[in-house]
Amino acid sequence: MEWETKTVDGVLVVRLKGELDLNTCDVLRTELERLLKLYNTPHLILNLSDVTFVDSSGLGVILGRYRQLTEEKKRLVVVALQPQVKRAFELSGLLRVIRTYASEDEAVAGVSKEVTA
Amino acid sequence: MASANQFKLEFKSRPENVGFARVVVAAFATQIDFTLSDVEDIKGAISEAVTNAVIHGYGNDPDGTITIHGAIYDGQLEVIVEDHGVGIENIPQALQPGFSTVPDRLGLGFSFMQSFMDTIEVRSQPGRGTRVIMTKRVPRRADHAEQGLS
Repeated sequence: MEWETKTVDGVLVVRLKGELDLNTCDVLRTELERLLKLYNTPHLILNLSDVTFVDSSGLGVILGRYRQLTEEKKRLVVVALQPQVKRAFELSGLLRVIRTYASEDEAVAGVSKEVTA
Repeated sequence: MASANQFKLEFKSRPENVGFARVVVAAFATQIDFTLSDVEDIKGAISEAVTNAVIHGYGNDPDGTITIHGAIYDGQLEVIVEDHGVGIENIPQALQPGFSTVPDRLGLGFSFMQSFMDTIEVRSQPGRGTRVIMTKRVPRRADHAEQGLS
């Protein structure tokens, strides 16, 4: 599991690469919590375009951060779900809960619009 | 019945072996005519079964032993994931979507296995361990064609 981080228009964008399972979920949870504290931005965009596999352990980490941010009146959205990842999101019901976008640009525009709305 | 091709894989209950196990079973499954989507489903089911063995069966003890038996016969894949951990007291409860004994987990492991495979059977004895038996059949050719169009 690798990741790249940047901020776009005040929104934290984390681009993940690799497979999200039991072996990587603890590292991911710790890293996302560290980044959220460090940047303290209103929203988090997770770009999953280079995530090739996710199981319920990985989904648990994403849902956990979604709940945490929602409690803080912040948002988490995801970008570019690959077919296996999309299927796991669908089966778990996360697709109905977490907003998805096709690209980072659309996601940044989407969350920024909601902030100003 | 045609003679079965089969394998047996034994490994420690360590998180890094979850990915190892799903890749081995996926490679074995490609010997019959599964679609790429089927193989992804098989990987997902193995990931959930092995994860359950690591965190529930052995309570994250990395020195437990997990065994996977795989077989291909009559156009289907059969996989048995077995641990010798604590076992499951209440199997119907464990199979309920959203049920988990561990906080911060979705409790969807068995639901995913049921969705990804054609059949799943769970046998367990408290204190003795758990055996999950899953099968998946290669779709008929006509189904393949339909999937290709979608």
